[in-house]
Amino acid sequence: MLQETDVAVGTQVTEEDVRRIVREEVERAFKKDPGKNCAAIIASKGTLDWSYPPLILATTAGALGMETSVFFTFYGLSIIHKEHNKLLRIGAVGNPAMPMPVPMPQLVAALPGMVPLATAMMKSKFKKKNVATIDDLLEAALESDVKLIACQMTMEVFGYAESDFVDGVQFGGAAAFMSHARKAHTTLFM
Amino acid sequence: MTDIAEDKVLDATGLLCPMPVVKATKEMKSLDEGQVIKILATDRGALADFPAWAEDTGNKILEQSEDGGTLVFYIRKGSEE
Repeated sequence: MLQETDVAVGTQVTEEDVRRIVREEVERAFKKDPGKNCAAIIASKGTLDWSYPPLILATTAGALGMETSVFFTFYGLSIIHKEHNKLLRIGAVGNPAMPMPVPMPQLVAALPGMVPLATAMMKSKFKKKNVATIDDLLEAALESDVKLIACQMTMEVFGYAESDFVDGVQFGGAAAFMSHARKAHTTLFM
Repeated sequence: MTDIAEDKVLDATGLLCPMPVVKATKEMKSLDEGQVIKILATDRGALADFPAWAEDTGNKILEQSEDGGTLVFYIRKGSEE
């Protein structure tokens, strides 16, 4: 009868050994799981409050060594636009979740001048609390090899040129993004 | 106190998420495996962020303490596994 004995080394390989080896290899494979190391984020909003989440998550993913890409589409293009400090604003109309220093009816929030006021207030709060600026985050993202991709289609529709965007931004369409996103376990739409 | 001798110090006090972790990653690049970095942070989120970051990047937190509102981490660079 054939026994599961010596290989040239002279040790006996038992079923336990085989199970242990298989388990170790599977664990190692899981650790190397490329999908775990990939993050794909879509940034579709262009208000000041929505400009932070994609950049914060992307820079953090980059810092954790994940292969990260952020696809900026529709109003998200404002975030990577050279004039982002002017373009990214916030208003309180239709934003009942927004904390206000005094109770504010929607009619008042819709008055001329309220958007610049709310934007200035939010920017000043960020500065006071030492929140990283959009410029800081974009720089940190590019330094961590995060791919910032501007949606070509949106650019056409809104009439943007490649030169309108911050240096380091790449340009692509849905397929370019999707082909990276399909490898990623972490896919976020915001 | 501690008798861990650090090879580098990163002062991330006053910085809010994600900057402490982002700066830590950047500083680690210039360290060799086995070297230790001392990180100071005031961001309360760092309490959860650094352990998670360490686990994901293969670095090891040797010691973690708090000194009057400032968090102090001693982290050793591990191999990129």
